[in-house]
Amino acid sequence: MQNFPSLNTNTDTNLQSELSTLNLGPTHPATHGVFQNVLQLDGERIVSGVSTIGYIHRAFEKISEHRPFYQITPLTDRLNYCSAPINNMGWHMTVEKLLNITTPKRVDYMRVIIMELARIADHIICNGVLGVDTGAFTGFLYMMEYREAIYEIYEEVCGSRLTTNVGRLGGFERNFNEIAFAKINKFLADFPKVLKEFESLFNRNRIFIDRTKGVAPVSVEDALSYSWSGPLLRAAGVDYDVRAMNPYSSYEDFDFEVPVGTSGDVYDRFLVRNEEMWQSLRMIQQALDKIQKEDPTIFHADVPEFYLPPKEEVYNNMEALIYHFKIVMGEIPTPVGEVYHSVEGANGELGFYLVNDGGRSPYRLHFRRPSFINYSMYADMSRGMLLSDAIINMSSLNVIAGELDA
Amino acid sequence: MGTLTNEILLQQITDKFGNKVKLIGEPYGLMTVETDRDQIIDVLTFLKSHSQLQFIFLTDITAIHYPEQENSIGVIYHLHSLVHNVRIRIKVFLPDGDVRIPTASVLWNGANWMERETYDFFGVDFEGHPNLVRILNVDDMTVFPMRKEYPLEDPNRVDKKDFYFGR
Repeated sequence: MQNFPSLNTNTDTNLQSELSTLNLGPTHPATHGVFQNVLQLDGERIVSGVSTIGYIHRAFEKISEHRPFYQITPLTDRLNYCSAPINNMGWHMTVEKLLNITTPKRVDYMRVIIMELARIADHIICNGVLGVDTGAFTGFLYMMEYREAIYEIYEEVCGSRLTTNVGRLGGFERNFNEIAFAKINKFLADFPKVLKEFESLFNRNRIFIDRTKGVAPVSVEDALSYSWSGPLLRAAGVDYDVRAMNPYSSYEDFDFEVPVGTSGDVYDRFLVRNEEMWQSLRMIQQALDKIQKEDPTIFHADVPEFYLPPKEEVYNNMEALIYHFKIVMGEIPTPVGEVYHSVEGANGELGFYLVNDGGRSPYRLHFRRPSFINYSMYADMSRGMLLSDAIINMSSLNVIAGELDA
Repeated sequence: MGTLTNEILLQQITDKFGNKVKLIGEPYGLMTVETDRDQIIDVLTFLKSHSQLQFIFLTDITAIHYPEQENSIGVIYHLHSLVHNVRIRIKVFLPDGDVRIPTASVLWNGANWMERETYDFFGVDFEGHPNLVRILNVDDMTVFPMRKEYPLEDPNRVDKKDFYFGR
């Protein structure tokens, strides 16, 4: 790696130096999750490090091979639990791609609203916590209130807050109600002011800049070599965004920009995430405008073989009862094939590789988890870094333990 | 430099490797080819460094187990040409008793953990890998749990058998 000074670690010739071992984690308050790094320290400088992961591994890929498609959605909630709706939607779209289901435009726009809200919620946490780690608690407290506002929107749409299990194959389980739209509009009206205030607290704050600028810079070559994606790759200067490059859920109808950084350091990642929040707000506004032009009663595709009928129809209508039974018992044949679908998760390219043998559950399902792949550089890039810089570097990688371990 | 289509891509690969790389299909628009372990690093190097292809982004490495096949373990690479926005999937099938394949970590640093994960769950021996040890499972585990012979639940349990559901 470039930029990292080589250290004299030869203890025979340098009698003053003595290395100490530090177990950072697995439950260290500064790491925001279950991450263990065994670091060799020369004073406060890291000589080498080994990342140990897997503390909350739950074998989702194995469990998925034994669950019908619709029961895998709650598993995806628990990958990146800071932005669970993106995972849910990504999974629905993967299965829809396999089954050749096309969703109505209104469903796509509703999904965009929920996914962009989730992205904002995720970036609120990441950038807020980065502030906390650099010693500025205020911004975090201002912004956290709006994560709560987003969770209340989730609650109105699907009933739950953190692990949302939102949406179904082909659309949503219910339509957005008046209160949901009112809450989204209120969020769009209130949040920009707070985000602006947050930026004014940080962007030109001397202490914050001193703590973050030039810390853990990553070149384009390194970022690509380590398969980085998402805000981290964009902060290094590559404008790869799945929403723009392989649009899904009608992202091609939206007018948005992909912010990129230049040096890939912690400060650039912070700025990229802030700008992404502005772009997400733009997209939510556009989606609300587009939804006005669509039929307000549509909230799912017309796929009776895969979309559960309303309960009152199940009790009163023979056809609905049959479909209900077949869906729940997994009696409906699915096409044999393999599909890779990726969405732009809050941390990067979240991919689902699904191999189906025609049964009720996947033959093999693999999650391309951006946190797992982004984190693989951490030990290498920490070499030569100060311990305090390594802490904020981890914070700005935004590694979510659930997504890391699957 | 025109747009890269799957046909041009296949032509380039065929010109270079002949019948050593076979087209399997294009499921959902993603071209899938199969090769063997002697060729895989050459194929990956060619795709990565060819000036008209530039598959510079390693999206994913994973594996799959088909116990009834002779070559039962499949290693699956997903590459992405960020320049042309084309993806390709490459498969290598390996025999059950001899699950060796050269490491791709010489080409991409990101392959390091992806291969460790694949080793952890399928027991694929990536030759030349700098640190091929378990990553998510406990170190003293003796099996490779994503292989199909390891059931998720108690194999003696019968109440979930298809028989009881009329299948």
